[in-house]
Amino acid sequence: MKEKISRIVENFGNDAARLMDILSEVQSEYGCVSCEAVSAIAENLHISEVDVIQTRSFYHFFTEEQVGKYAVYLNNSVVSCMNGMSDVADEFQKQLGVKFGQKTADGLVSLHYTACIGMSDQEPAAIINDVVFTSLTRNKVAKLVADMRAGKAVNDMVTEFGDGNNANPIVRSMVKNNIMKTGPVVLDAYEVGLGLSKALGMDSKAVIKEVLDSGLRGRGGAGFPTGMKWEFCSREAGDHYVMCNADEGEPGTFKDRVLLTERASMVFEGMAIGAYAIGAKEGVLYLRREYKYMKALLENVLTEMRSENLLGNNILGKGFNFDIRVQFGAGAYVCGEESALIESAEGKRGEPRNRPPFPAQKGYKGKPTIVNNVETFCAAARILDRGAAWHKAIGTPESSGTKVLSISGDCNAPGVYELPWGMSISEMLTMVGASDVQAVQVAGPSGICLPPAQFDRKIALEDLPTGGSMIVIGNKRDLLKDVVLNFMEFFADESCGSCVTCRSFNMILKNSIEKVVEGHGITKDIDDMSAWSEILRKTTRCGLGQTSSNPITTTIKNFRPLYDARVKNVEYQSDFDMSKAVVESCAVVGRSAEIHE
Amino acid sequence: MSKPIIATTSLAGCFGCHMSILDIDDRILQLIELVEFNKSPIDDIKTFTKQCDIGIIEGGCCNSENVHVLKEFRKNCKILISLGECAIMGGLPAMRNGIPVKECLEEAYWGGPTVGLNTEKIMPNDPELPMILDKVYPCHEIVKIDYYLPGCAPRADLIWAAVVALVTGDELNIPYELVKFD
Ligand SMILES: Cc1cc2nc3c(=O)[nH]c(=O)nc-3n(C[C@H](O)[C@H](O)[C@H](O)COP(=O)(O)O)c2cc1C
Ligand code: SF4
Repeated sequence: MKEKISRIVENFGNDAARLMDILSEVQSEYGCVSCEAVSAIAENLHISEVDVIQTRSFYHFFTEEQVGKYAVYLNNSVVSCMNGMSDVADEFQKQLGVKFGQKTADGLVSLHYTACIGMSDQEPAAIINDVVFTSLTRNKVAKLVADMRAGKAVNDMVTEFGDGNNANPIVRSMVKNNIMKTGPVVLDAYEVGLGLSKALGMDSKAVIKEVLDSGLRGRGGAGFPTGMKWEFCSREAGDHYVMCNADEGEPGTFKDRVLLTERASMVFEGMAIGAYAIGAKEGVLYLRREYKYMKALLENVLTEMRSENLLGNNILGKGFNFDIRVQFGAGAYVCGEESALIESAEGKRGEPRNRPPFPAQKGYKGKPTIVNNVETFCAAARILDRGAAWHKAIGTPESSGTKVLSISGDCNAPGVYELPWGMSISEMLTMVGASDVQAVQVAGPSGICLPPAQFDRKIALEDLPTGGSMIVIGNKRDLLKDVVLNFMEFFADESCGSCVTCRSFNMILKNSIEKVVEGHGITKDIDDMSAWSEILRKTTRCGLGQTSSNPITTTIKNFRPLYDARVKNVEYQSDFDMSKAVVESCAVVGRSAEIHE
Repeated sequence: MSKPIIATTSLAGCFGCHMSILDIDDRILQLIELVEFNKSPIDDIKTFTKQCDIGIIEGGCCNSENVHVLKEFRKNCKILISLGECAIMGGLPAMRNGIPVKECLEEAYWGGPTVGLNTEKIMPNDPELPMILDKVYPCHEIVKIDYYLPGCAPRADLIWAAVVALVTGDELNIPYELVKFD
């Protein structure tokens, strides 16, 4: 093992900043990063073991215990549950005789739950050894289990392929693009290099001005003016870096997956344009581990672009040098936060940094860095080709251009829609074939839960901002149980733990909503949740803690009767159940639990 | 008017909070003038003999007996106070929360370094013994708690100020230093 690990570490230049990649290779090779592996890695990198351990322990897909030869990660996000996840989970457990969180005795299969894997339009979905299986049913699970027992290679277990590049021989994935509507900016026909060659013919300041004038604002959710970010960054001295945020962790979002599948060269072109604008030579695409199945495709596109002289040295003969590497995450939602993303790309725990300094001042490797969303870079590439005025004319005055939405949940046509900013929610619902709608979750769990009375509101940064996640929730759903509780479990799991309030209140809020859902709640619980949410929002370092109480606060605001119907108006009520609480200890000594009530 | 009656107990605590009560030093003489004690380790009265005004709880609930005692206190006291970190949050005993009960018991009775004599791997199971709960609960998750006095242990001055304010009905004035811990 020692020798093999030395080789892996050497492949990454014995560079501790590449610890993520090293851990990833070790995990794939051995099914875990054991104590022995930790020592070997630490020794080779000349860092302490705890430095290795603290990174390993942060990420969902790195494990100390060995996972099964086939490690099944089943998505338990809201939309997956809506589409029958519990049946699928049940079938896996039945077929294999072990529960989620366990491994079969022969070590063949381990079952794990995981947060949204970016497949909300084809749930329930699972990842087995980096290969994605979508639209699972009991029958498909039985087949998968039989294949695993027969020792089939995971890739050979995929029998049908998705559309577009998903069917490309180097991808061979069953994932579907489900592009339901193309728009002029991102999904319109595209020829690589047009935007970049125009940019390289301009002064870098003029490129920034073009982006500023286009009105382009960040597509990752926050909507910060892209040109302004580039301009701030370009003013800083020293080396600069470009990073593309492809962490896409917000439950219900999957548009970046589709863009990377069908428009990878456009993303890279946008990054090159950004690099030229700020004066960077290196770029990093930070891609969530869940999308590892695209690795070969992306590497291929990079190679092609290099051979077409769109990346590498002396690009298009204009004396501009720039290249991109792909950095994989390892399963942590918070790594989508830009400073956590940078920490992670440097091989560390994905803990957000204090700001200021902002990444544009001190980012990757401490140098000025622009971090932008996948779609933002696509838009930048198009803007340089077609011009700022063309882009500015699309959408609304405050939100120019289009937004690529990921629409899922209770509707007939889930998938990816590129729409000009400004469409109302009710127009959107008609378009996707949704009737009988109880609510729309706009912008994922960290966004807002919108009631029908507000469906005339507009999808625009000045009204309903969104990074793209739109989850339609039908009338038959139990909003508090199926949606709010699931979201709070997600946040309680995904808090990085740095801030006391985020670490504890997300757990406390999750327990409180659970208490209400189970019928033990009282009116005071609702007031407490509101008050604690306010403290949480005000006392946390990053956007996770600042928005993680939104599932609760926006439903208390917009769906108060659902709460009132479930709580008792009494002074106090405990949800403590003695007979349940002593089950475990009674089992250990062999007593009946009933006698204790 | 008869004196207000106080009861106290230590559940899953270390008696540190009770030591802190005793730390009011000679003010204990004034306390006796102000209040009467009922069920409490301080006077060793084991069961409630009358309805009380104030119940002071140290420690959270780690076993079934703690729950019974706490519920008794709620029944017999008008006002309940959670005294100290363990009563309020579970405290140190709650460090076992998240570890399966089976593992905890096996470590305590079979695996720990001081249990070498238990070669037959006996797990204590006398009918008299209360059962360990799935986790350590803070008191307010079991019964309604009226007031919380923080600290590990809470300062004697804080306990004194709070009890006197409750008994006399005067406004409670707590200097910041009494509840600041870093
Ligand atoms: C918890 C958290 C998760 C985030 N996840 C993502 C993400 O997956 N993708 C993304 O582009 N931005 C994400 N963001 C926003 C980024 O911090 C950052 O604003 C964005 O990448 C900037 O790019 P843009 O201006 O092009 O939108 C997240 C923010 C937070 C607080
Ligand atoms: S708010 Fe939460 S996720 Fe963000 S830094 Fe603080 S603990 Fe971490």
